Amino acid sequence: MSAHTDLKIPALELKSLVFSWPGQAPLLEIPQLQLAQGQHLFIYGSSGSGKTTLLNLLAGIYPCKFGDILIAGQSMAALSAAKRDQLRASSIGVVFQQLNLIPYLSVLQNVLLVSAFAKKIPQAEQRARYLLQKLGLEQQLWQAPANQLSVGQQQRVAIARALLSQPALLIADEPTSALDHKHRDNFMQLMLSEAELCGTTVVFVSHDPALRAYFKFELDMEQLHKGVQPC
Amino acid sequence: MLMQLARASLWNRKGTVLMTVISLTISIALLLGIDHIRHEAKSSFTSTVSGTDLIVGARSSQLNLLLYSVFRIGNATNNIGWQNYKQVKTHPQVAWSIPLSLGDSHRGYRVIGTNEDYFKFYQYGEKQPLKLAQGKVFAGVYQAVLGSVVAQKLGYQLGEQIILSHGVGSVSFAQHKDKPFEVVGILAATGTPVDQSVHIPLEGIEAIHLGWQGGGMPAPGRSISAEQSLAMDLEPKVITAYMLGLKSKMATFAVQRQLNEFKGEPLSAILPGVALAELWQMLSMVENMLLLITVLVIVATLVGIVTTLLAGLKERQREMAILRAVGAPASTVFLLIELELLLMALLSIGSAFIILVAGLWGFRELLASQYGLFISINPWHDQTGILLAAVLGLTLLLGAIPAFLAYRRALASGLMVRL
Repeated sequence: MSAHTDLKIPALELKSLVFSWPGQAPLLEIPQLQLAQGQHLFIYGSSGSGKTTLLNLLAGIYPCKFGDILIAGQSMAALSAAKRDQLRASSIGVVFQQLNLIPYLSVLQNVLLVSAFAKKIPQAEQRARYLLQKLGLEQQLWQAPANQLSVGQQQRVAIARALLSQPALLIADEPTSALDHKHRDNFMQLMLSEAELCGTTVVFVSHDPALRAYFKFELDMEQLHKGVQPC
Repeated sequence: MLMQLARASLWNRKGTVLMTVISLTISIALLLGIDHIRHEAKSSFTSTVSGTDLIVGARSSQLNLLLYSVFRIGNATNNIGWQNYKQVKTHPQVAWSIPLSLGDSHRGYRVIGTNEDYFKFYQYGEKQPLKLAQGKVFAGVYQAVLGSVVAQKLGYQLGEQIILSHGVGSVSFAQHKDKPFEVVGILAATGTPVDQSVHIPLEGIEAIHLGWQGGGMPAPGRSISAEQSLAMDLEPKVITAYMLGLKSKMATFAVQRQLNEFKGEPLSAILPGVALAELWQMLSMVENMLLLITVLVIVATLVGIVTTLLAGLKERQREMAILRAVGAPASTVFLLIELELLLMALLSIGSAFIILVAGLWGFRELLASQYGLFISINPWHDQTGILLAAVLGLTLLLGAIPAFLAYRRALASGLMVRL
């Protein structure tokens, strides 16, 4: 496969995805969604709109029983749970709202956690150091237990961890909700510029419309259900 | 990686982990200790007498004969004739014999009337002969050799005079006051009932009972003084039992049958090994109960630990979600919890061993001197490995409950744990 056709394959593709909890009406019905490599999408949704479920589906935690999700062309519906875990380790980065780090591991160990589960990440340790440096975390913090860091610092470590394997997709679930205005701005810029450098596609979910400004593409959950494409 | 995680996670909760390890250490040390004492008791019990091929007494059950002749417990049903004993001694298969005359005591300790062959041929443990710690074997009629516990508990020195009592109670109204015995020797500790015995010559037994009739004290004015006794014939008329060493082990059953069919009087000849095993069978009920209780203590401890783990699961939900997010399969969550338990159990087993060995080492002197117990410092026996494997197995089995719950929760709640 040449680099040209590679670029043609969407980083993320949803095909007639339907999800419902047993015995309930469908929570999610997404006819179609395509995100190109490097595309950053803001998804706006109020609580209860199925955001969390969508993220669990995208990350391969929940199996997609109806429809399909393709990560860089790889169909998730065709994969076993173990294979989906594997795919998540090597191709998907996740950043939570807060408490992204295992408190008893050091900063560096937290970033390298991915390499324990992903297929071999080339020069993982070097890359971890590079990312931490780029994200403005001083070297003396790297060996400190993660719970000694401020929330802002912890969220930056979370970006480093999510991007360690140069994933095709970065999923962010309101990562700025615990940050004040100044830190939030700084965080968004760092995250998006690093993702851009990695060529990683970003799906950013939030109920805070103020964050729209950082994105070129945005959708709300209702549009998603109608199959509107980001443009 | 999982190992590193488990170690770091345990270290992070070191307070709880320490308490868990302490409680598990105590119960495992208890288990190992009980098991060890069981083995030691059995080996010390079965080594109470060794090298003796047959024990012969008046017709009775083999347990009764064993109990009074070796363990100094209970009483003989009857005496046996001295002349018959002398006859058996001449049997071509008999290598040596030890006559035993029982029935008297000294302040609760049994008096054994015997002869110098006792100190020559009596063996215990791995065929160890008796050794004198101080003094010498009795040579005169009114001399006594004490077991180590008797000497120590009653504080007797060589040269001291002791008075024997008639009968075997610790309080006796019939005392052999007129014929005191001089302590001439003290035996080294053996860890057997020998330590609790007072040994005097058969002639001594005969002498103190001169003039006694039908087990009663002599009538006033008819008692015979110690000096007078020496001039009289002190050859015993009866003894209680005797031990035989045979020239050939092969002859044991033949000689036993001959003795059991002895024409002169009804005798019972027993094989001490067989009788000891039978007695141990009865006693082992108790120690099996003890072991069972210990196992239950371990189960209770483990249930407590699992409860603590279950209570802590909610706090760790976040941690598990992070592991899932970086691509850990849900099984990692299960394995992590089991591995942590395994580490704690191994740590507990290690410290239980250290505590046990240190304890045995520390109390070794005390046990030997105060109780005549000789307990080996090494608590490892053939089945200890199996026992410990069972403890580990049980730990993992019970640990599977919280581990499985955490696994299920990790599958269901996904990445976005709302706190």
